[in-house]
Amino acid sequence: MLVPAVAVPFFGAVLVWAWRDRAFAHWIGVAAAALGLVVVALLPLGRGDGNWSTMGGSMTGGWWHEVEFAWAPSIYLDFSLAVDGISWPLATLTALLGLLCCLHNALGAERHTSAALQVPLATVATGGPSRDAGGVTGVPGESGLGEPGEPALGEDGGAIGAGAEGRSSAALQVPLATVATGGQTRRSLRAVNVQSPAAGGVTGVPGEPASGVSGGAPLSGTAEAALGESGGATGTADAAAGPSATLTALLLAVQFASTLVFFADNLVLFFIAFESVLLPMWAIIHRYGDPAARRHAAAKFALFTVAGSLLMATGLFVAIADTGTADLGALIVLGGVSPEISLLVFALLAIGFAVKAPLWPLHSWLPDAHTAAPTVGSVLLAGVLLKLGTYGLIRIAGGIAPQGAADAAPVLAVLAAIGIIVAGLVCLSLPELKRLIAYSSVGHMGFVVLAFATGTEAGVNAALFGNLAHGLITPLLFFLAGALKARTHTGLLGSLGGLRLAAPTLAGLLCFAAFASLGLPGLAGFWGEAFTVYAATERGGAWLALAAAAAFGAFLAAAYLLRMLRRVSHGPVAPAVAGVGDVTAAELIVWSPLVAGTLLLGLIPGPLLDLFGEGLL
Amino acid sequence: MTTGLLLIGFPAATGLAGLVFRHRGLARYFALAAPVVGLYMAAMCAIMNPKFALTLADFGPIRVDLALEVSGTAAAVAIATAFVTLLVQAYSVPYLRDDPHYPAFAAQVNLFCAAMLLVVTADDLVFLLIGWEVMGACSYLLIAHYAKLPEAPGAAAKAFLVTRFGDVAFVLGVMILGAAAGSFRIGELAEVPDGPAAAGMLLILFGCIGKSAQFPLQIWLPPAMAGPTPVSALIHAATMVAAGAYVLTRLIPVWPAHLLLIVAIVAAVTMIGAGLCALAARDLKGVLAWSTVSQVGFMFAAVAVAAGDAALFHLVSHAGFKALLFLTAGVVIAIAGTNGSLRTTRLRPGDSPLAFWAMTIGLASMAGLPPLGGFYSKEAVLGAAYEAATPAGVVVFWAGIVASILTAAYAARLWLLLFWRGAPARDERAVVPSGEAFSLWALMIVILAFGGLYFAGPFLLPELHLDLMSLLLLATLGGFAVVADAWWRGHRKGVPAMDGERDPAGVLGRARPAMAAGFYAERLAGKGFRAIARTASGAARVLDERLVDRTAVEGSARATLAAAEDTAAGHRGGLVRYLRLSAAGTLLVTAVAIGVSLWS
Repeated sequence: MLVPAVAVPFFGAVLVWAWRDRAFAHWIGVAAAALGLVVVALLPLGRGDGNWSTMGGSMTGGWWHEVEFAWAPSIYLDFSLAVDGISWPLATLTALLGLLCCLHNALGAERHTSAALQVPLATVATGGPSRDAGGVTGVPGESGLGEPGEPALGEDGGAIGAGAEGRSSAALQVPLATVATGGQTRRSLRAVNVQSPAAGGVTGVPGEPASGVSGGAPLSGTAEAALGESGGATGTADAAAGPSATLTALLLAVQFASTLVFFADNLVLFFIAFESVLLPMWAIIHRYGDPAARRHAAAKFALFTVAGSLLMATGLFVAIADTGTADLGALIVLGGVSPEISLLVFALLAIGFAVKAPLWPLHSWLPDAHTAAPTVGSVLLAGVLLKLGTYGLIRIAGGIAPQGAADAAPVLAVLAAIGIIVAGLVCLSLPELKRLIAYSSVGHMGFVVLAFATGTEAGVNAALFGNLAHGLITPLLFFLAGALKARTHTGLLGSLGGLRLAAPTLAGLLCFAAFASLGLPGLAGFWGEAFTVYAATERGGAWLALAAAAAFGAFLAAAYLLRMLRRVSHGPVAPAVAGVGDVTAAELIVWSPLVAGTLLLGLIPGPLLDLFGEGLL
Repeated sequence: MTTGLLLIGFPAATGLAGLVFRHRGLARYFALAAPVVGLYMAAMCAIMNPKFALTLADFGPIRVDLALEVSGTAAAVAIATAFVTLLVQAYSVPYLRDDPHYPAFAAQVNLFCAAMLLVVTADDLVFLLIGWEVMGACSYLLIAHYAKLPEAPGAAAKAFLVTRFGDVAFVLGVMILGAAAGSFRIGELAEVPDGPAAAGMLLILFGCIGKSAQFPLQIWLPPAMAGPTPVSALIHAATMVAAGAYVLTRLIPVWPAHLLLIVAIVAAVTMIGAGLCALAARDLKGVLAWSTVSQVGFMFAAVAVAAGDAALFHLVSHAGFKALLFLTAGVVIAIAGTNGSLRTTRLRPGDSPLAFWAMTIGLASMAGLPPLGGFYSKEAVLGAAYEAATPAGVVVFWAGIVASILTAAYAARLWLLLFWRGAPARDERAVVPSGEAFSLWALMIVILAFGGLYFAGPFLLPELHLDLMSLLLLATLGGFAVVADAWWRGHRKGVPAMDGERDPAGVLGRARPAMAAGFYAERLAGKGFRAIARTASGAARVLDERLVDRTAVEGSARATLAAAEDTAAGHRGGLVRYLRLSAAGTLLVTAVAIGVSLWS
């Protein structure tokens, strides 16, 4: 069962990409994701009892299931997968979110947004370099979209382009060598969008080599090559007409790689999987994000995470060199690396995971990435990618370097507590909805890291629970924020208002999600956060101050979320909100599993905690 | 066990269902069914006293149990809660008949009721916390009910945030007690050593102060009037505000005795301060709101002398008369057609005898006139303080006497201002809708008969003290006398009834505006909070966005690129430059090699 759980999304991604021109491609994606969810959901059947025993010189029996194929033994690389009570819920969450995101695309829940966002890019006609429209150019944008509104939209495009230039320091921008190789099928011929924020407008006409772009960065180049894609062309053009099947393929790729991370029982395989999540995610942000900020955000996200993972890789290899095995389960059971280098290994690994988690002050890629990413991208970022960091921290770093973890715990805990407070305070005055939700993630992940840092059993359980709860709640918030932005074309709190009069169901769901996010007891967010406070209290002494900080962080969460609700839902109906439609059936289908999950985990947390109890730490 | 689960589960389920299916007919059905079932189950619990525990969440060393323990007194409070909810729901059907959001309202009231029932019956502090905070969330939703009322969202957010601020301490306190005892079961907390018990209980006290709107967190309650009147009745009478006092009574065994003085001081300051504010308040619901704060102070006073049953007895009695007062206030305001300001709101007793008598009985009970409920319960509280003979007892006893004078005074003032200023004649007698009338009648009967509970109820109360009773009566009459004197002096001078000078609150003199504004606490706290939030948030953003993000993160990226540029520039020279560089490099390498070989 383990192999199909990983393979289904992979082949799904390949199939969707191969048939991305067909109308049914989305539904292949949905089917693959659904099948993946079913396979993962079936994993608890016939599971082991969680007790390790020695058989034939190797440890066995602790996992529910495990499979192992030798791959490249000389570099300690085996294709070995395993699952237990800690990784299974996370894998289920991944599969669920993957399915919901695919459904979201397939149902075109956001069709009119994408159009609205992309029209400015696709409008300005005529090929050839043109610098007048503020860095946004499209080649034959005759896709029938918005001819009437063209002048106004063109100006919009200009504004967005200018914004991009203003915001991004030229230095960080990965110059784009979006070479639109001609001859690509269908729409890519029609609209090619090349936007080089640093250099004003540059257009690549299909079939021409990229013109006037100041050299492609290696990163950009590789990623493009790896994707085997025709540059930004298909993406923007497709988005203008509806969600792209390529996006679905990328989502499945993220799902595949993340599932592999959660199931990897080999450190080298873990590292490979951990890195390969990055590419599709980068592409999602880079190609389907908010045009004003996506390049900058994608580059920052990728560079930041790669930097962290390289340190992590070093840590992993130090551990492998020290113990002579890369078998994760055996390493954990045997007590990890030798005590002298434990702190070193833990520090290296923790930095890598802390970037992904993210732990303050290594979090600054996250708000940018979330804000710029498309809705499904934000959902996966919050629901899956952040979990990779905390999972790695708890399972890998804590597992193979337990002494180091104990030694470094105070540092982690203090940083986590600072993160909780700072993120809460920053959220109090942020003007933009998605950015606010993104920052709130920093706070929530601070709870998880703090709970882990306490090192007590209750703390680790709280960390795992909080991790999962955040994976349900924040994606819901991002879906809602995406729907809101799709309707109002703005995420600025200042220009929203009166949603509960205009769209009561949407406002009600937003209120529900906000309550869940502020840790209302009875909803999923509560258990993790309350028992983070408990775990810190249990340690006594200076940890009490951290417990107080965490409890105060929960108050700040209430403050900023109520501020958000007040700006968005209450008050007189703002012009942007007037006349927006309420929740559609398609949206309800996508969101309801998250709502139900939040409620269920909140009311019946026991079974999940029992699963964690069976897990291997 | 089923009874206990249904007691909470049924109202909760109908509440959740009501939020999902927003259908008016269904909502009305649920609205009445939930409290009826709740009431029945509470009555069953009173007989069976169920006690059980299921594991809710097992965190390894510590467990959260779905533990219920319904003692006789808890059942009495549960009955009061369900009963008030039932009347509030019955009252709301006609009261909100034109409101498009009625289904959501009814569902939220049910959820509110379920949360309070959970607090009342739970025997596990973390399980209790669920009800505790869900109640806060429901109060937020209900206070913000009128979407078009500009002050409603702010008042709702304030109610939630202030109580949540208290909850920071409450959660910490619960966790400290739990960590010390290894369990969250209330029954097992009594063995907690003194140190953690003191810290934990003081923190929990702060949380209860927030929930019960006691000094210094009383600021959220008066603005909460922005909600519909039935919501005020619900919040003030049997839920939310009472919850803080209730939880304290449950935890009395855990208190280190010497710390009860702190509770006494909180209670004393609140009773007297809120009494003064009620006397000065300028609108009908404002008087009632401040009176709630003051009356809950009485419950805290009973807690301060470790007389849990006296506190609960006053809680139940207060639930009755305060519900009656609020519901009647809604009727009075509707008949008078005003916004509730005391300057304009007035009726003649004959305009609506039902409203007149309901108001009169409610006020008399609050002032403590025998043989109404309020008399017995206040006597029980003061009697307990009288018998306690501790410093805390002395403090709350005298504060209680002063507060009784004030209670009588503001009750009398309200009664005079509402009914005895004359009013323009109305053509027809106002008709009170039957749902509303039913609620008023039911509550009046309960209050009249409440004294019986003193003699036959489940509460362990001190005996009636004759001397104390007379002192209490004297205090009440004293309060009446002060107000009556002020009123008749105005009357003799011929000041017209509508003139502000006629208001007996004039006895407060120059301090009156300050008291009417709640000693400006709300405004100051609001300003202070906003200023602090703005500064802290600004500082955090500078730290986070400027320092961490722009300087450290993007700065490092910029530095890398700059270094790359420089290196690249270094490689772009001509032949001469290359030669120079290689010569320099060779020299450097040679020097290093020689140095190393010499050194080693």
